[in-house]
Amino acid sequence: MSILLEMREITKEFPGVKALDRVNLQVAEGEIHAICGENGAGKSTLMKVLSGVYPAGSYDGEIHYDGQLAEFRTLRDSEDRGIVIIHQELALVPELSIAENLFIGNERAQKGVMNWHETFQETEQLLKKVGLKDSPGTQVDKIGVGKQQLVEIAKALAKDVRLLILDEPTAALQENDSRKLLDLMLELKAQGVTCIIISHKLNEVRYVADSVTVIRDGMTVSTLDAKAGLSEDDIVRDMVGRDMSNRYPDRERRAGDLLLEVEGWNVWHPEHSERQVIKDISFNVRAGEVVGIAGVMGSGRTELAMSIFGQSWGRNISGTAKLRGSAMDVSTVDRAINGGLAYVTEDRKSLGLVLDETIQFNTTLANLEEVSAKGVLNPNEETKAAEYYRKALRTRTPSVFQKVGNLSGGNQQKVVLGKWLFTGPEVLILDEPTRGIDVGAKYEIYAIINELSAQGKGVVMISSEMPELLGMCDRIYVMNEGAFVGEMPAAEATQERIMSLIVTE
Amino acid sequence: MTSQNNGLKSYLSAHMKDYGLLFALIAIMAFFQIMTDGTLMRPVNITNLFLQNSYIIVMALGMLIVIVAGHIDLSVGSVMGFIGALAAVMIVNWDMPVWVTIPICVALGGVIGAAQGYWVAYWKIPSFIATLAGMLVFRGASLWLLEGQSVGPFPQSFQVLSTGFIGDFFSRETTAPIAELVGSRNFNVLSLSVGVISAMVIVWLGLRQRARGKAYGIEGEPSAFFWGRNIIVLGALIFLSFKLATFRGLPNVLLTMGILIVFYAFVTEKTVIGRRIYALGGNEKAAKLSGIKTERLTFFAFVNMGVLAAIAGLIFAARLNTATPKAGFGMELDVIAAVFIGGASMSGGSGKIVGAVVGAFIMGVLNNGMSILGIGIDYQQMIKGLVLLAAVVFDVYNKQKQA
Repeated sequence: MSILLEMREITKEFPGVKALDRVNLQVAEGEIHAICGENGAGKSTLMKVLSGVYPAGSYDGEIHYDGQLAEFRTLRDSEDRGIVIIHQELALVPELSIAENLFIGNERAQKGVMNWHETFQETEQLLKKVGLKDSPGTQVDKIGVGKQQLVEIAKALAKDVRLLILDEPTAALQENDSRKLLDLMLELKAQGVTCIIISHKLNEVRYVADSVTVIRDGMTVSTLDAKAGLSEDDIVRDMVGRDMSNRYPDRERRAGDLLLEVEGWNVWHPEHSERQVIKDISFNVRAGEVVGIAGVMGSGRTELAMSIFGQSWGRNISGTAKLRGSAMDVSTVDRAINGGLAYVTEDRKSLGLVLDETIQFNTTLANLEEVSAKGVLNPNEETKAAEYYRKALRTRTPSVFQKVGNLSGGNQQKVVLGKWLFTGPEVLILDEPTRGIDVGAKYEIYAIINELSAQGKGVVMISSEMPELLGMCDRIYVMNEGAFVGEMPAAEATQERIMSLIVTE
Repeated sequence: MTSQNNGLKSYLSAHMKDYGLLFALIAIMAFFQIMTDGTLMRPVNITNLFLQNSYIIVMALGMLIVIVAGHIDLSVGSVMGFIGALAAVMIVNWDMPVWVTIPICVALGGVIGAAQGYWVAYWKIPSFIATLAGMLVFRGASLWLLEGQSVGPFPQSFQVLSTGFIGDFFSRETTAPIAELVGSRNFNVLSLSVGVISAMVIVWLGLRQRARGKAYGIEGEPSAFFWGRNIIVLGALIFLSFKLATFRGLPNVLLTMGILIVFYAFVTEKTVIGRRIYALGGNEKAAKLSGIKTERLTFFAFVNMGVLAAIAGLIFAARLNTATPKAGFGMELDVIAAVFIGGASMSGGSGKIVGAVVGAFIMGVLNNGMSILGIGIDYQQMIKGLVLLAAVVFDVYNKQKQA
């Protein structure tokens, strides 16, 4: 098999940091090549070098593509040679139709006048290739994230792609949509398209990849051949540079007294008032217990959590919440916080943090009373609090005056956790606490959860990653279509048992 | 030594926004001082500068909060004009006493702000639209109230709001020797004392904060910058108060303005409410999920704006000594420009009171200096437009360099 792409000794420096240090990458024609590494390891930087976002000359080393030395100066240069990147954040215009989106910047037109007939015809062919049955005129925001991802791939195909690069393509997808996407990748491979996939999900990497390059701290650690069979532990070991046979830290499990009890919880959709989103849910959490809520996306887990947390979602909310046996007022967010609840959102960037502000600003935001007297802030107390959580959670940052927008995902998540710990909660609801963060940081988050449980706090953990729930929880509730369809001790739970509960209901 | 220099350099580049603004004001003042052969800094002109810009600055304080909260208020010029008209009608036409009129006018300003803020906060009507409607309504209301006529003049007791000066604690005879010494007709000891004392207080507060920060192990501003900045502020305050002392002393309006500036700087930077306003503008959803009552906060930002627009309206009417149906037309744009020149961001969540005040003075000195030079209103508008653009471009450029 011939080599399609070779990146030799790529070094890229930013003021003060070496993002890439003599990285080598070889991708064979017609293979699926995975790039694995922790957040901040340099994967995205490498892809930006490849695609011309960082123009030739701004880095050291050589790129050979299709047998020639390639010096891309813009994204356009690399696209002209058939290299297309699909980013984590989709680049579709939600208000436009699928057909319009497919040919943005690449319009089918004569002298600037759109040829709609040709546009729609080609769209139909492309959609067929990626297995989408929607009409070309459908507005993009009317289809789900999974289908949008497929539209992105169709868009790449419209540009006669030879090397397709997918950056975390399944991060926002549910199990079955992810599967569809991965199968499509295999199909494209059969048609001769070469793929590079960047992913945190090692089971997916194992499923599609022919070879894996692991990058750590801006350096190539290893290139593994996946065809002969590869275990996830092999990859993880190279990624973090240590053996990670135990991905979930141990914890002494002992559930104490009843802490939070929710009974008969009902919630209706805020806009479609006839739709009941949460149906008569009851559950409880004991002191020191980690309780998981399993379920597919859209099953109503986030809606349940937010409706309990100060009615931040939904309307016509009914039901009771009790803390240590006495009724709790959760009618507004500040009452819920004062009552001892904390909700760590799944969407830290848009719901959890003020990205333009410092770590200190964000840490104290939900409990300003603690760092003020008679409404006047004491900035020194604020710094003390922020420093305390920076050290306790081992947030990697030069100082607490750093803007949180500049931190990596794992460190941002620690800031959000610190912010809620500072409110002194009794029960924490963690919604997808490890989404989009790397293996090493995940382990640290798990350790923090264990620490909370050891302090006698109750933890509710919502997660789409079933191994995580099985590894971390004492008890798991299974949720489907707005109702709890099962409850089991984690010791008796298996992925199959949980899935079958979801499917049979 | 080099490492220390690097530290200073990186500190400067990180805080370019704050220092840049101060330098810009100083540079502009120096420029006009030279071009006008010293007219700019003459005591009478300095007094005028304060009087001319007082109502813009008062409104800029409220506008900064509205903009930090992520909104805009286009109605302030019209509300200002309307309140001035109402005061004129109440005092001149209805013969109501000044001490009754002023509280009613200020309260009504709050009600007007509430009427607009209600739609923005609780109905999520974009503030641009809600206050554009308000602008049209109150333009019309001023015309209606004044029946198209100018109303005035005001009694002396109302005029002092703008044109009065605070009396000295020494008589003129006592201070005559000092006046002779500095070569002016009189000398106001109060003015100079207020200037010196407030300069001392500023330095003392700064030192105290540094000391406290050190106790908590916080690295503050490098001391070269701390002293450099403080000496400039100290010098400027003493210089200005000295100049005012050689004319008629402290204008009443300067006192009102000073108190309001200190109050709002304190509220925005040191209090829980201030912090919550920045959080609201920075990320409304995150603020809400942190237990902040975002609707109520937005509502009160507009109420506050209305109150300040009313105060500005009273000052403006007292200064012109008459209320005209067209008073305040387009003034909202000067106020908004001052806030943006002062470094506030259009998307909310950032900006400082001191910045807005300096921004307003930059505009004011430009107006004043160009008028002294006899530059036509046509060129003045163009130059002010370009200054606004340059200020914002400078800001964006700095941000990009940091990222």
